[in-house]
Amino acid sequence: MPTTTQIVALALGKLIFLVGIVVMLLTSVLTWAERRQSAMMQDRLGPNRANLGRFRFWGLTHFLADALKMLFKEDVVPARAHKPLYTLAPVLALAPVLIVFAIIPFGDFLCLHDLGARGISDAAQCSQGSTYLQVAHMDIGILFYFAIASLSVYGAVLAGWSSYNKFGLLGGLRASSQMMAYEVTLGMSLLGLFLVYGTIEPHTLVKAQGPTLWHWGIVTQPLGFLLFLTSALAETKRTPFDQVEGEPEIIGHFVEYSGLRFGMFYLGEFIEVVFTAAVLTTCFFGGWYLPFWDATQSSLPHWLVVLIQFGTWFGKVAFFCWLQLMIRWSLPRFRPDQLLQLGWLRLLPASILNVVGTAGVLLFVR
Amino acid sequence: MPIKVKTVARPEGLAVNAFLPEVLRGLGVTMRHFFANVFARKYTATIEYPEERPPYPERNRGLHRLMVRADGQVRCVACMCCPTVCPAHCITIVAEEAPDGSIEKRPRIFEIDELRCVVCGLCVEACPCDAIRMDTGVHAPPVYERADAVLGKVDLLKMAAQSVAKQGVKDPTWREEPEGARSIARPEELPLSASSRLKAR
Repeated sequence: MPTTTQIVALALGKLIFLVGIVVMLLTSVLTWAERRQSAMMQDRLGPNRANLGRFRFWGLTHFLADALKMLFKEDVVPARAHKPLYTLAPVLALAPVLIVFAIIPFGDFLCLHDLGARGISDAAQCSQGSTYLQVAHMDIGILFYFAIASLSVYGAVLAGWSSYNKFGLLGGLRASSQMMAYEVTLGMSLLGLFLVYGTIEPHTLVKAQGPTLWHWGIVTQPLGFLLFLTSALAETKRTPFDQVEGEPEIIGHFVEYSGLRFGMFYLGEFIEVVFTAAVLTTCFFGGWYLPFWDATQSSLPHWLVVLIQFGTWFGKVAFFCWLQLMIRWSLPRFRPDQLLQLGWLRLLPASILNVVGTAGVLLFVR
Repeated sequence: MPIKVKTVARPEGLAVNAFLPEVLRGLGVTMRHFFANVFARKYTATIEYPEERPPYPERNRGLHRLMVRADGQVRCVACMCCPTVCPAHCITIVAEEAPDGSIEKRPRIFEIDELRCVVCGLCVEACPCDAIRMDTGVHAPPVYERADAVLGKVDLLKMAAQSVAKQGVKDPTWREEPEGARSIARPEELPLSASSRLKAR
């Protein structure tokens, strides 16, 4: 049995690896990719000038320049702002999206003491115990995501309210109405998936999908996928659902924020994009499974298997980040009433139908 | 005349109202552009300035330069045509006699204030000796001090080239215009950046 210290150290290691390195790196690259990709879609070149000496990397280091710029910007606090809440709001916007990564499995399992061993097909075969490649292996799983993610609306609302700005307040109001409209669908759209795979624990969910392509969530729950994608896009508050804050023309909840505080909102938005991609990968695209490659049958060394699985997971997440940017830069914005109509009158009934339909089919099949 | 009003029908039908087919169509367009631009830069029109330079028109008026005779002396005879015609009064010429008497009159000081210059090109038009040209294809350089923008004879002669135009019969360098001589600058006469610009054309 591993000691408490070992368990904590392992969890911390996984946390730092996933959130501190993988997610932060992906998010930083996204801030650059957003501009570069949109430019490419619009027949421009986009930011490609930042460099390290002679090396330009297509302008990839722009995120370093951005971060440096934000660090040195003046931190303005409005004179009549509610200071404690004004300070708390960016934290509330950023923290939930970081916390929810705890449930995302980024690989199957890791046997720390058998890295070189071949043919380890099950965690039970490890000589000295194994660890899930997931920060928190909890039975409540996706419910944890729903619970924590809905907290992030407090960040938006409090930012709008505490900064003593009418436009900010209205932005916060829009954020809350939008988040509420789509959070219901967000939950309902995954219910069908839970019925099919019989679990709400992400790691088990991925295991249930397996490496076979037609056992993945996208095949068994295509409607659920569309509904979830739509409502998740709405949750990220980006185009086509950016009534909350539209860069040049709609004043949003963080209008009074500057410098690093603004940077936290900005970063939170991109982390949410990464997280949405991670949930899509986990729930609908077989997580770490490479299509038609059964790791349990392979004779590769354990470390290579883990690496391939992580690479597959990362590739899928990167793909969905890319897809979200494509959607964000392709579609025009909904009108606020259309947005709420779409949420309450179309997506919600559709997701309920999806649940009922799935349940009916399952009753028939099983 | 009655005003014609064209009524555009609201798009109806399941395909439009379901959003999805239209969304996919839109994504198709943007993805086509994205991939074509990422892999081949097919549609982008951007010229990345310091490395790439846009081709200027042939008659673009750039920074001034003074031309020289075959023996390397300045062609200008200080006739004062250019400062007279200059609408911005940016040319200053002080004439002198050449010490060896080979040229009757030449500029001791020839200064152009590039900050005052309106780049009209009248000085080039007025010059009877093909001594001043604006064919360098170079912009007036940025300077820290106003005084640095006043280019003297030395600066103006930096990009000098020998002109093949006729000049006064007393000039010992006088010769017939060779075959195929052109009145505009040749690429090899131009400073490096300008000649590469012409070659790229």
